[in-house]
Amino acid sequence: MMTFSPQLEQKFAKMLTSYPEGKKRSAVVPMLIYAQDEVGSITSELIDEVARRCEVTPLQVDEVVGYYSMLHRNPMGKYHVQVCTNISCLLVGGMELYEHACKKLGIGHKQVAADGQFSLEEVECMGACSWAPAVEINYDFHHHVTPEKLDQLIDGLRKAQ
Amino acid sequence: MAKKLYNDPSPLETRILSARFGLENSESLTTYLAHDGFKAFRKAREMKPEQIIEEVKTSALRGRGGAGFPTGLKWSFVPRSSPKPKYIVINADESEPGTCKDRLLMEYDPHQMIEGILIAGLALDAHKGYLYIRGEYRYLIDHMDRAIAEAYAQGYLGKNILGTGFDFDLYTHSGAGAYECGEETALLDSLEGKRGIPRMKPPFPAVAGAWASPTLLNNVETFSAIPAIIRDGGAAFAALGTPKNGGTRLLCVSGHVNKPGVYEVPLGYPMLKFIEEIAGGIPGGKKLKAVIPGGSSCPILKADECDIPMDYDSLAKIGSMLGSGGMVVMDETTDMVKVALRIMRFYAHESCGWCIPCREGTTWLRKILQRFDEGGGRHEDVALLGELSKNMLGRTFCALGDAAAMPTISIVDKFADDFEKRLARDRQMVAV
Ligand SMILES: Cc1cc2nc3c(=O)[nH]c(=O)nc-3n(C[C@H](O)[C@H](O)[C@H](O)COP(=O)(O)O)c2cc1C
Ligand code: SF4
Ligand code: FES
Repeated sequence: MMTFSPQLEQKFAKMLTSYPEGKKRSAVVPMLIYAQDEVGSITSELIDEVARRCEVTPLQVDEVVGYYSMLHRNPMGKYHVQVCTNISCLLVGGMELYEHACKKLGIGHKQVAADGQFSLEEVECMGACSWAPAVEINYDFHHHVTPEKLDQLIDGLRKAQ
Repeated sequence: MAKKLYNDPSPLETRILSARFGLENSESLTTYLAHDGFKAFRKAREMKPEQIIEEVKTSALRGRGGAGFPTGLKWSFVPRSSPKPKYIVINADESEPGTCKDRLLMEYDPHQMIEGILIAGLALDAHKGYLYIRGEYRYLIDHMDRAIAEAYAQGYLGKNILGTGFDFDLYTHSGAGAYECGEETALLDSLEGKRGIPRMKPPFPAVAGAWASPTLLNNVETFSAIPAIIRDGGAAFAALGTPKNGGTRLLCVSGHVNKPGVYEVPLGYPMLKFIEEIAGGIPGGKKLKAVIPGGSSCPILKADECDIPMDYDSLAKIGSMLGSGGMVVMDETTDMVKVALRIMRFYAHESCGWCIPCREGTTWLRKILQRFDEGGGRHEDVALLGELSKNMLGRTFCALGDAAAMPTISIVDKFADDFEKRLARDRQMVAV
């Protein structure tokens, strides 16, 4: 059995009453993503725990993990840098920005830096097209990002350690 | 404090849904109530359900999620007298490349959408709503959780709303990264805790949707338009647009323009005027090359096709779509091989893999485009790309297959020159 922080336990308690009688399975995806944020990745222990709480088999939880791009079985960095290169971002320098991020962090797509502080992902459109190029670090959006601005963001996070 | 908007508004906008954007604390219920908030709900509770639906039909509102289906008609398909519970599902998956408007509607004016959902609840005798928000919008899920809590605290959600005897509960539900979950039936599977694989239709969600119960599913912007329609009348909303294309909509303009941003204009607004005057024209005095009118799933338009009014029917007439309102503008320097490749990389990545024409088709198209872009293009590839995409059309289980095929067909058809130029360049490289 796993327990989470009191805030998350409270969220989960409410979540499980949100769906109609007998439909706790509906909480599987939200529970996985909120728990992943706290635990770091989708472990087999977490899968068992979510299955128990949502009253489904571990296999029914396991099979969704590979489908959703934000769920991952291995931990990402403390700061997960997501650079969009989809069409609107591409037209205004998103690809160059992504390549710059690779160099700056010394890692590639879905890789984690050796110190575990940063990870990188080239992502699809994240709903910031009119303020492109866009970057999301964990859940924080950054708009009109230039290579210089990205350097500042990353250096700022490094310093904050 | 007045809110700093992501982009400055334009004086040429007609701000109905975005009327409160930029007001001090625009997201609070207090601000909403001080600016026409819940007038429509108070009016709707005195109306018969059929009258509400009739008003929505009169407004000529069409779904803002992409397909443009008439909203009033969709509402009338939900069997109000069904003994099963009825559900309302709000599509806030916003993942169509080029689209970033639902974000603003939730961020700046969450209670407008909540009021629209409640009015739908009155019309359909539904008492529970699920707001499916893409996982990347976590800050908005938290934001909506706060707005919902505020509405409960002041009696605008929960039991016996404003003393009407009408109960309604609204919940947020996080996605976890999957474009396909924006497709309505895949979304319902995802809401039920499964992989987002689309369902066979019929039955349509109106009859058997969430947990096999009658379900109304609309986009965030569609619900956000409802308060204005009920408050000022369907006819007034309809009159803003063109026949069968009622009201205003939020257009998200991106790419090569001086003032990219989200702007609200009436349906039927001229495309070139929009690009020139609202979006500030193309930087550096460059010429227009192409426009994706409503998200990357829409067939692309050449510059000489863009002198049109932006409504669903005018776009359909020239073989494209108004889609989700995500307008991508490209100047003369744009390399269409790169555009086609990036679009196909997206669809290949997002194909759910359920049906073969889409899963294999998008993968092969991506590979051919990748090879072409890397200098290994062959003359036959251009025809092959067109042929492969045409073979996908209409042969896939859900609309994602068409969404991948249509832009590709239009790009290789309308911009074959860009592909020829690449081939010529490759030959030169070999000759050197
Ligand atoms: C692959 C695919 C992705 C879609 N993504 C979205 C989306 O992100 N948001 C949305 O509102 N509709 C999306 N749609 C359209 C929905 O299926 C549905 O038509 C719409 O949400 C209905 O609401 P409306 O009538 O208010 O537009 C998508 C459709 C397809 C085929
Ligand atoms: S068309 Fe594509 S996304 Fe739709 S069901 Fe088939 S494989 Fe899945
Ligand atoms: S294309 Fe990059 S955020 Fe939409």
